[in-house]
Amino acid sequence: MFVRNDLLFLGLGILVPVCASMLVFLFVDAPPLRATELFFEGAFGSSQRMGDTLMIWVPLLLASSALIITFSAGMWNIGIEGQIIAGAVAASFVAREFEASTPVVLTAMIVAGLIGGMIWGGLAGLLRVRGGVNEIFGGLGLNFVATGLVVYLIMGPWSRRGIASTGGTEPFRPQAWFPTLDGLRVSPLSVLLAIGVLILVLWFLSRTSYGLRLRATGKNPLAASRFGIRTDAYLLLSFLLAGGVAGLAGVTQAAAVYHRLVPSISGGYGFLAILIVLLAGFRGQWILPIALFFAAVSMASFQWQLQLGLHSSLGGVIQGILVLSVLLLSGYRAISYMRKPISEEGDA
Amino acid sequence: MQWKHLVIFFSLLLFVVGCSDNDETESVSSEASEPFKLGLILVGPRDDNGWSQAHFEGASHAIEKVGGEMIVVDKVNPADSPNITVPQVVDDMIGQGAQLIIATSDDMKDGILEAAAAHPDVPMIHASGDSAWTDGKAYHSELPMLANIMGKMEYGKMIAGCAAALQSDTGRISYLGPLINDETRRLVSSTYLGAKHCWTEVAGKSASDLKFNVNWIGFWFNIPGVTLDPTVVANEFFASGTDVIVSGIDTTEAIVEAGKRASAGETVWAVPYDYEGSCSEAPSACLGVPYFNWGPSYLDAIESVSNGSFKATFQWLGPDWKDINDHDTSMIGFLKGDGLTSENSKELDKFTKALGDGSLNLWTGPLNYQDGSSFLGEGESATDLQIWYMPSLLEGMDGPAE
Repeated sequence: MFVRNDLLFLGLGILVPVCASMLVFLFVDAPPLRATELFFEGAFGSSQRMGDTLMIWVPLLLASSALIITFSAGMWNIGIEGQIIAGAVAASFVAREFEASTPVVLTAMIVAGLIGGMIWGGLAGLLRVRGGVNEIFGGLGLNFVATGLVVYLIMGPWSRRGIASTGGTEPFRPQAWFPTLDGLRVSPLSVLLAIGVLILVLWFLSRTSYGLRLRATGKNPLAASRFGIRTDAYLLLSFLLAGGVAGLAGVTQAAAVYHRLVPSISGGYGFLAILIVLLAGFRGQWILPIALFFAAVSMASFQWQLQLGLHSSLGGVIQGILVLSVLLLSGYRAISYMRKPISEEGDA
Repeated sequence: MQWKHLVIFFSLLLFVVGCSDNDETESVSSEASEPFKLGLILVGPRDDNGWSQAHFEGASHAIEKVGGEMIVVDKVNPADSPNITVPQVVDDMIGQGAQLIIATSDDMKDGILEAAAAHPDVPMIHASGDSAWTDGKAYHSELPMLANIMGKMEYGKMIAGCAAALQSDTGRISYLGPLINDETRRLVSSTYLGAKHCWTEVAGKSASDLKFNVNWIGFWFNIPGVTLDPTVVANEFFASGTDVIVSGIDTTEAIVEAGKRASAGETVWAVPYDYEGSCSEAPSACLGVPYFNWGPSYLDAIESVSNGSFKATFQWLGPDWKDINDHDTSMIGFLKGDGLTSENSKELDKFTKALGDGSLNLWTGPLNYQDGSSFLGEGESATDLQIWYMPSLLEGMDGPAE
């Protein structure tokens, strides 16, 4: 019963925004069928394009994996963008400062990104646990601080010689680039990393006692503490882990996509991932296709501009409609669950 | 149960991929008989009333003349389009049959170099770059089809600086700068040279009464939360006593804010930049606009691709001094605004004429850098290399140089 209902909502979550998008295409005199065709062609039409879609999929997967951890602990980790940035900054530091062979540099970058993200996530967790600051506000504040930090680094100590521009740092040495296959831009290493991390996170949450206690903390903190679970420690743990995983998204953005540090290194993927996790109903395996769908929309909006000559803002409009539809459906789902007689609810 | 759905989802996906691969091969094979296709990559929106619109309209003009088609992708920058890179755009444009690709921003330098290396046979232009300048500091001899086109906007900026100085009552002129690099240093310095000349030589005022400062927002246009907000910076300029702002950014905040203040009764003006039509934001507060007219040079490039003579040349094109506003011949123009008094307008014409006939070369020593060290000795004229790679600002200007 539950699965069927979820599938219905998932179906609606895709169908409603798609129909609304069709209406937008009609409104701007663009052929909806061609636009739909371009959606598939643009995102999956060739190995190169598929690779480019995966390049967006990777940070979405990593950010979603991070969010699943904090959502399991009942936390809204709005600070995820800052954690991605912190990971990218830490990885960029390694890329700039250490000269070694590719495997050594990349390993060091991954570790640094993990730690950078954990620090940023940990700060949000500490603010919540020790400072009593709601994690949403703490996270938002830390996002601003992270952006400020990255702009300062790019304009100041890490600026290009004779240049003061927020455009970005000097590209990294090739040793600090994630390796790619011939003719593709996406790095298989980053794809493996993202999928591996998602599996690891799901395993941790569902198969370990730490994960169980973390979920218990999220479901009912009071009950959990009565059972002797140190809920504060588990909240903090969730932020540390989520921050670390989000930091990895920063590493891939810096080392596999831009090959340098740019102010918008997080690309808004953290916020987009919140929607992915909501749409997935916190079920990990659904993150894979939903994140892929969102990545595909991003790629398609580029094709709509390129091939249909549609205004570049239209991609944003379509994405906005997608996001709003998802929010609306999530809200509706919550309300419809609440209205259901208790006997139908079953176990969660 | 749920993993089963996943398997179905991915199988469907693979099916779609299989189908759509055929489409692409078809579209590539039919490219031969089609009209000329130009790929244009813009950093901002095509209707920004500034830098990107100037490129868009120039390219549209050129492509109209040859009866071709244009593929345009705008807002290609990490803030607006985090998932699109220049090499990616270039690949797709070539896939669609583009015969010439024009990347129109300094910010696209790394991207277009990467794309040109990946497609060494496809003609490309990096507008504002120096990769094809054999004498330049960043010459890439291994990229035989990546050309550069830029305008000698130094002249346009000198005229802008002169207009500002002639009209200013307070002698406080502020420059709304984008980011700091060689290009922006030489353009703000040119503005200062024009202002200083007209303040002292034409208006006959004392050099020490002229205050010229520059503030940099950090990028070519406003990126909320990342750059300084140009609207705020413009208002700070006016609040601190500036009565003319000369804009160096891609967008129109300076003229918009000047217009608001002027209609509220303040005596302030602005000189926008890049695009011929930008005075329209606030005509009566506009002293004029130095603008790029990319049409003729893009037309030449298209024709050279068509007849097979395209090469990786570096072109730094000046105004056509016979008529700097001739759309068919002049790369750089200056369109006077309604805010300029008729008397100042006449003086500005004389100044422009002197620049054009060579009787006035403002890049002549003695000129010092901001720190007092010598840039040009007495009677010495700057070379193109010295101007292009301006390492600092000039003595008399306030504001950071890097």
